[in-house]
Amino acid sequence: MELLKRFKQGDTEAFETLFRQFQAEVYGWIVQIVRDPGIAEDLTIETFWRIHKARARFDTEASFGAWARRIARNLAIDHIRSRHREQELSEQCLSAEAPDSALRRETHEKLERAFGRLPPKLQAAATLALVDERPYQEIAELLGTSVGVIRTRVFRAVRQLRKQLERSGVKL
Amino acid sequence: MTNYEDEEIQRLLKEVIPRVDRGLRHDLWPEMLRRLEAPRPSVPWYDWALIGLSTSVFLFFPQLILVFAYHL
Repeated sequence: MELLKRFKQGDTEAFETLFRQFQAEVYGWIVQIVRDPGIAEDLTIETFWRIHKARARFDTEASFGAWARRIARNLAIDHIRSRHREQELSEQCLSAEAPDSALRRETHEKLERAFGRLPPKLQAAATLALVDERPYQEIAELLGTSVGVIRTRVFRAVRQLRKQLERSGVKL
Repeated sequence: MTNYEDEEIQRLLKEVIPRVDRGLRHDLWPEMLRRLEAPRPSVPWYDWALIGLSTSVFLFFPQLILVFAYHL
């Protein structure tokens, strides 16, 4: 409690202690969503930068971890959102390229494209549930929602991927 | 996962999306400290003077806002 009060008052040593205590955890949350260690490191720094800027508004009775998790999660989801827009742009540029001859590679490319088109929240839920095979309860805690919502997001992600793959001629 | 197609999608996703190590590779505090200590970009005094001047002009002659907006 004393540490949080000192942090709120702008004490850099208190902030350093909190940073060292939570940096690995924050990085872990972010990297699971963005899947890129370099970007996750940048977003971890950005998370703490925002925490530092907003320290005056922090309620010392509340959980620092929960606050950090909320900021980290929003940054990670925003990052997926911006990647989503970049992908749309690059697809417009690459649409005239000849398709790869290898069927497997083509299927992978189509799936990657279809996955990139999913809404960021569905992407995050599907990655954690289907690729990392994390328990739904854990995913719900990480993404700040309920198990039921996660179940629905994973279901919708799979359904949309299946539809898009079928539309692009991939037979499963 | 209830049917073959869904399992197939899961299998393909595992091939396409890389697994990541959740462990942090190094201490990020030095980088954080650099950011905290980086000088904030300061606004030169003449920019403040210009903002002040424009605000007072618009306060005394609000009709000029339209002229200004037209020329933007």
